[in-house]
Amino acid sequence: MSDNKSLENLVTQVRRDILRMVHKVNSGHPGGSLGCAEFLVTLYNDVMKLNDGFDMNGEGEDLFFLSNGHISPVIYSVLARKGYFPVEELNTFRLLDSRLQGHPTTHEGLPGIRIASGSLGQGMSVAIGAALTKKLNGDEHLIYSLHGDGELQEGQIWEAAMYAAGNKVDNYIATIDYNQKQIDGATDDVLPLGSLTEKFKAFGWDVLEIKEGNDIQAIKNGLAEAKSRTGNGKPVCVLLHTEMGNGVDFMMHTHAWHGKAPNDEQLESALAQNPETLGDY
Amino acid sequence: MKKYTNTGSKDTRSGFGDGLTELGKTNPNVVALCADLTGSLKMDEFKKNHPERFFQIGIAEANMIGIAAGLTIGGKIPFTGTFANFSTGRVYDQIRQSVAYSDKNVKICASHAGITLGEDGATHQILEDIGLMKMLPGMTVINTCDYNQTKAATLAIAEHHGPVYLRFGRPKVANFTPENQKFEIGKAVQLTEGSDVTIVATGHLVWEALQAAETLEAEGVSAEVINIHTIKPLDEEAILNSVAKTGCIVTAEEHNYLGGLGESVARTLTLHQPTPQEFVATNDTFGESGTPAQLMEKYGLNAASIVKSAKKVISRK
Repeated sequence: MSDNKSLENLVTQVRRDILRMVHKVNSGHPGGSLGCAEFLVTLYNDVMKLNDGFDMNGEGEDLFFLSNGHISPVIYSVLARKGYFPVEELNTFRLLDSRLQGHPTTHEGLPGIRIASGSLGQGMSVAIGAALTKKLNGDEHLIYSLHGDGELQEGQIWEAAMYAAGNKVDNYIATIDYNQKQIDGATDDVLPLGSLTEKFKAFGWDVLEIKEGNDIQAIKNGLAEAKSRTGNGKPVCVLLHTEMGNGVDFMMHTHAWHGKAPNDEQLESALAQNPETLGDY
Repeated sequence: MKKYTNTGSKDTRSGFGDGLTELGKTNPNVVALCADLTGSLKMDEFKKNHPERFFQIGIAEANMIGIAAGLTIGGKIPFTGTFANFSTGRVYDQIRQSVAYSDKNVKICASHAGITLGEDGATHQILEDIGLMKMLPGMTVINTCDYNQTKAATLAIAEHHGPVYLRFGRPKVANFTPENQKFEIGKAVQLTEGSDVTIVATGHLVWEALQAAETLEAEGVSAEVINIHTIKPLDEEAILNSVAKTGCIVTAEEHNYLGGLGESVARTLTLHQPTPQEFVATNDTFGESGTPAQLMEKYGLNAASIVKSAKKVISRK
């Protein structure tokens, strides 16, 4: 267990990493990355049971799959800060010959990544497969995944949702980054999602909400509750209410920073709002 | 010329099913997934023997490919089963990202490939799947010719680490390769020796090529028939050695000439040894309903068509 203060410090540093990574190459997705920083920092440093080092098969540990691969800056920072690879490597994000591709991939052998993602809607199926293998292997550790809310417009998600409930894949917690925004605007304007709680319930899932998805204690409480509901014959869905661009005032309450990098002045302002805690890479 | 005998017609999909049954007994890591076509894919026996290792996905092929990719994490070797059309075109991006680009050890096993699916018509007959799959970096592409070879290939791909596309068919066809012949991925099988023309064939067209060679022999033409069961990686050496002797080549496949075996062979020849080539393949068209034999004749995918192409290519030498 990690105290909230040290997790807060890590979140602040992760925000700095995200901002500096996308600024350097003038590309990438800061909005969703910032929105999920508290969640992923807490998941990796307080919730998941992880082995030392990285092994693709991940036996005897919890596994996480990022389905909305465009928020690669946040997962790269969280993995590097967790020790999967040197933090200095964050300097190579989106550069030629880097292991830190625009969207995460196993292809370059980056420790911590078990599936390529970026083309949306595929991660839930993959997570289900990994959960089935855990059951076959008698491994009682859990599978976690994260999905964008806009990503739920992909049909494959609902194929997977139907399968997981119908086949009692109950060693699996899928979290939805419910920021209600996507590239073209509000999800309600692009293609309304309706009630996600009711949709997942109707598919046979156990659903819970974390209303304060950028609050570490709320995330801890929500994920503890989610874990307690595993093993009961149903997959568990966590609806995580987040703020896109969280922690940088001008990036919040808008979809404008979904896939846009800050310029020099904007970076300066954003970093000033998030003073260095653990040391920049 | 060496002669081959049909030891009793069988469908290639039964070769897959029997191979999978054997794998179930010998390899505990093999798991199987099917998208509501268990009977058609001949996966019933595996399902009966190993219910815990069989996953009925329902009519959701994209989800099937993703689940298969996930099952590899922890050491399973997933074999997915559905028709060739639904194994490739329908799920191209899922295979591309979650399997091929992610380097996952998934075996995509596709029945009812090509036009010999028959009466169901063009919605179910795919003539583009070899092209789709061979374009994916790292994908191995195999198209077997008869029951025995399909069974042997099914066993062999379980031992090969990496994504594989295994293509086979619906109708009963001649079974003529030796039982229990070891299947070597990427290694062409020379079936007859000849000096006038090389015929390289894949899948159901291999038997037709052998019939064509007999007809040609009766007319004094010596044909060397090579079974190219692995389209990628292609056994370039076998092809180049043969055309060095014969000076011309016919490629034969149940597939569009665009993207098929013929194009792979043409590239090899262009790079190393430019040689006259004729293509026995469908001509950039969809299929239609009909019996397999009717369709093979109408679309020029039979022994008669191979004979005609052989004579034409010899005249171009």
